[in-house]
Amino acid sequence: MATLEIHDLHVTVEADNATKEILKGVDLTVKQGETHAIMGPNGSGKSTLAYSLAGHPKYTITGGTVTLDGENVLEMSVDERARAGLFLAMQYPVEIPGVSVSNFLRTSATAVRGEAPKLRTWVKEVKETMERLSMDPAFAERNVNEGFSGGEKKRHEILQLELLKPKIAILDETDSGLDVDALRVVSEGVNRVRETGEVGTLLITHYTRILRYIKPDFVHVFSAGRIVESGGAELADKLENEGYEAYAKHEVDMKGGASA
Amino acid sequence: MAEAQNIPVGSTTAGQIAVAAESTVATRMSAPPSFDVADFPVPHGREEEWRFTPLERLRGLHDGTAVATGDGLKVDVEAPAGVVVETVGRDDARLGRAGTPVDRVAAQAYSAFEKAGVITVPKETVLTEPIRVAVHGEGGVAYGHQVVELGAFAEAVVVIDHTGDAVLAANVDYILGDGAKLTVVSVQDWDDKAVHVGQHNALIGRDATFKSFVVTFGGDLVRLHPRVAYAGTGGEAELFGLYFTDAGQHQEHRLLVDHNTPHCKSNVAYKGALQGDGAHAVWIGDVLIEAKAEGTDTYEMNRNLVLTDGARVDSVPNLEIETGEIVGAGHASATGRFDDEQLFYLMARGIPAGEARRLVVRGFFAELVQQIGVDDIEERLLVKIDEELEASV
Repeated sequence: MATLEIHDLHVTVEADNATKEILKGVDLTVKQGETHAIMGPNGSGKSTLAYSLAGHPKYTITGGTVTLDGENVLEMSVDERARAGLFLAMQYPVEIPGVSVSNFLRTSATAVRGEAPKLRTWVKEVKETMERLSMDPAFAERNVNEGFSGGEKKRHEILQLELLKPKIAILDETDSGLDVDALRVVSEGVNRVRETGEVGTLLITHYTRILRYIKPDFVHVFSAGRIVESGGAELADKLENEGYEAYAKHEVDMKGGASA
Repeated sequence: MAEAQNIPVGSTTAGQIAVAAESTVATRMSAPPSFDVADFPVPHGREEEWRFTPLERLRGLHDGTAVATGDGLKVDVEAPAGVVVETVGRDDARLGRAGTPVDRVAAQAYSAFEKAGVITVPKETVLTEPIRVAVHGEGGVAYGHQVVELGAFAEAVVVIDHTGDAVLAANVDYILGDGAKLTVVSVQDWDDKAVHVGQHNALIGRDATFKSFVVTFGGDLVRLHPRVAYAGTGGEAELFGLYFTDAGQHQEHRLLVDHNTPHCKSNVAYKGALQGDGAHAVWIGDVLIEAKAEGTDTYEMNRNLVLTDGARVDSVPNLEIETGEIVGAGHASATGRFDDEQLFYLMARGIPAGEARRLVVRGFFAELVQQIGVDDIEERLLVKIDEELEASV
């Protein structure tokens, strides 16, 4: 069974000519078939965790380990991580002028699967997946993310998730900026992948709204660069009612303690 | 990537569209057109038409010090039956009819060549195979002149392929009879040290169609000046270009479409990719709609894709309209970067860095390459693009 293990992960970023530590010791294990929600206020480091796992060059790992089925993820290049089975659905997918969605998807599937998908079954697979995500077939001929609406970008991310079938899927605020209809369509896509039982999902979100559609097995509260509380789905209800204030206070206390 | 501009008829944008009584396209040249090199002062580099060009790398083509070496250039023409291929002397009346040199190097070429090539496709001759002109430099200095003339209703594809090493100044005249259709592919696939400067004049007959692809990969310095004018109404010009500018290369394309005749069309689309320190691409797109050219329909576009730091693009579209009685006129220029975020996105989908670059650059050029319609040239360009990318990693 595929397992992503994050142990005592420390990450810094360079900003304004200073090195700032964003992640301060993250411990988390995600197994195939499980869904973990990571919730936390803005600036708590949730997205940094997502991008660090995917290998974005902006972030420097200063301590800790990340393994996927025992293999050292931190030694892999960005593309090697993807081929090993890590997938990051991005919060702000970038435009790639000149590259059509269909060309991009096929190139990506070829890279991840290790061989070019057979053309006939591939065309059918893409078409059916797009239909389920309520995407116009004309979408395939557009350039990657160019002129896409917010909802289209997120559908396109989930389309890739469904086609690439990763072992571990990290969804970075996939719900942000979506209206209720789009949120439902996108959530259904994620659930189709989850129902296979073959993917471990790390759902990063600021809001509890998406958890009505995607039921997590575990909820983790993220604050000041680490997980400060973990629980079951009921923890999300508590956050829904009480917000993050209790944890924000906790953060201030800790900072106060450190400087005293 | 900056947004394209599409300017409706009659509107103006400071510095880019001039609605003028007198042409600034003509007046900003430092001397009037002439076949005689002596009519042009030696450029010092601050003139409008020379300000982007590193004169010291012209190897003397601009100041009279580059002396022809006699055996520096080999030209082979392969033509299907029915085509007349000739080599003629300087006094042949068919030379220089499509346009007059507009700068000193073009005039130098015209003043210095000893023999000229003339390729004639007789009227109503429709070719099914391309005419191929192989120009191979063997390290010398050369001046040349080539004429390609199509009679009325003739149809032809001409591929002019430049390879090897040379210091070359050469002009080309394309003359299209009424209703003729000419497609020209000029490939500049020079070795790294080559210098190539030339003026390409097309004179488009009534209801004739001229389609040109200028493809520049090689050379230390390539500076081409494709120009179009119309000899009758109903003429159409499509000017396409691709360039891939590497570290240290200077590739300059200066276009002029002179809408001097009513009811003609032009469409210009040039795309360039740049990579490496000191890669410099210059694109000047002058479109002039003269007062008498009612019913003109024109659009010009230049796009650049900068792949690495240290490369520089100067892109200057210039549309000058002397009559408001036109169908349409527009221009667009944009320079975008292939940046780290795009690379990250593609790599995060399992695509290795080299392949990610290839995907982006092939995609960028694809729409133009596919329009060439000469299979072996299309294939060679794609291979060449891949080679250029391999070299960069």
